[in-house]
Amino acid sequence: MAATLPADVAKAWAVLEQVPDPEIPVVSIRELGILRDVIGTAEGLEIIITPTYSGCPAMGQIEDDVRAALAAAGLKARLVTQLSPAWTTDWMTAAARDKLRAYGIAPPHTTVAANVVRFAARKSAQDDVACPRCGSHNTTETSHFGSTACKSLHKCLDCLEPFDHFKPY
Amino acid sequence: MSDRITAIAYLLHLADNALVLGQRNAEWCGHGPVLEEDIAMANIGLDLIGQARLLYQHAAGLLGGENTEDKLAYFREPGEFRNYTLLELPNHGPLAGSASADRDYATTITRSFLYSSFMLLRWEALQQSSDTQLAAIAAKSLKEVRYHVRHSSDWMLRLGDGTPLSRARMQAALDHLMPYTQEFWTPSAFELAAQKSGLGANGEDIHGDWDEAVDTILAEATLTRPATEGHVPQGKNCIHSEHLSWLLSEMQGLARAHPEATW
Repeated sequence: MAATLPADVAKAWAVLEQVPDPEIPVVSIRELGILRDVIGTAEGLEIIITPTYSGCPAMGQIEDDVRAALAAAGLKARLVTQLSPAWTTDWMTAAARDKLRAYGIAPPHTTVAANVVRFAARKSAQDDVACPRCGSHNTTETSHFGSTACKSLHKCLDCLEPFDHFKPY
Repeated sequence: MSDRITAIAYLLHLADNALVLGQRNAEWCGHGPVLEEDIAMANIGLDLIGQARLLYQHAAGLLGGENTEDKLAYFREPGEFRNYTLLELPNHGPLAGSASADRDYATTITRSFLYSSFMLLRWEALQQSSDTQLAAIAAKSLKEVRYHVRHSSDWMLRLGDGTPLSRARMQAALDHLMPYTQEFWTPSAFELAAQKSGLGANGEDIHGDWDEAVDTILAEATLTRPATEGHVPQGKNCIHSEHLSWLLSEMQGLARAHPEATW
């Protein structure tokens, strides 16, 4: 493979910007922080991605989607999965959080390292999740675990809407 | 023991722990006491299997040759597994032999509580491992195990400090499982070597914190911590109970019947 041109790197970014998350298609893998970098090397393009939850079954699909998007744009690249630094919901852009809310998923709080309680059996201030439909904070957690590894189930006690919450990670 | 052999044994120990408990938790899929718990056990199992994959991939890289994560998970014999005996025990726990012997949620929750509280401290320590890949896996796993601790602690309180029946079943599960935790604190040769090389964590350092965390929840759950004398299990040294081979034969059956199959 020949050395990459800067134009290819820019093109790859533009192409990958359009790749949606397979589970939550209103946000892109870039906005979620899964797509970490596009690097032009002497051996060609290198796409750096990072897994979300260790067992997230969508990762295989995401890799396939990235390959397919690049191939459709006539780009060849090597996919590199990088674990460190560990993915965090803090990397989610403000625009992505708004899109999640509009889609009916309460976005994650920011995880300040100092706020992470070692053994938190009980609810803390971090668990104050606003209803994405009516904005009320009068909500309750139905289940710590939801339809995907990254979400928990909640219910609004004012408008009675059941909703997903993207858990801070 | 060379550093490479030590690292492989240590990684397989961590990976086998995650895989075997992931498989046990997955047995609840479709059988959870309520829908939310069915989903919770599947999610926790998925986290564990994901962690196992990362650890097996790393171990396979160190082993070299034809090794892959699938080979390590599906084509090793029970006598080659290094998981704690605690994690291979069936979900029916102390109810064995009774009419409701199939699955006991008290056993599943108590095991998840004892083990995830331990792993929270262990993953914290392993973030400083001299093996950078293991440190990276630890940083990810730590974020996940926090949710496992929260989930299991919550149910320890609800069921322990619940009805007389739920409390009795939680106490029976605790009495049954607690002696197996002795294996956490009895270091094996590979753990001592890994601690020396900087790859592994020192169990002594986290023992006090674990006792404190466990005692706090047990007290609030109105449960009595049982004594832990007697036989110390040796799962991590590849000496298992009879339950592991049954678990593996179910888990490995498909891969062995159709090697290299893809779909």
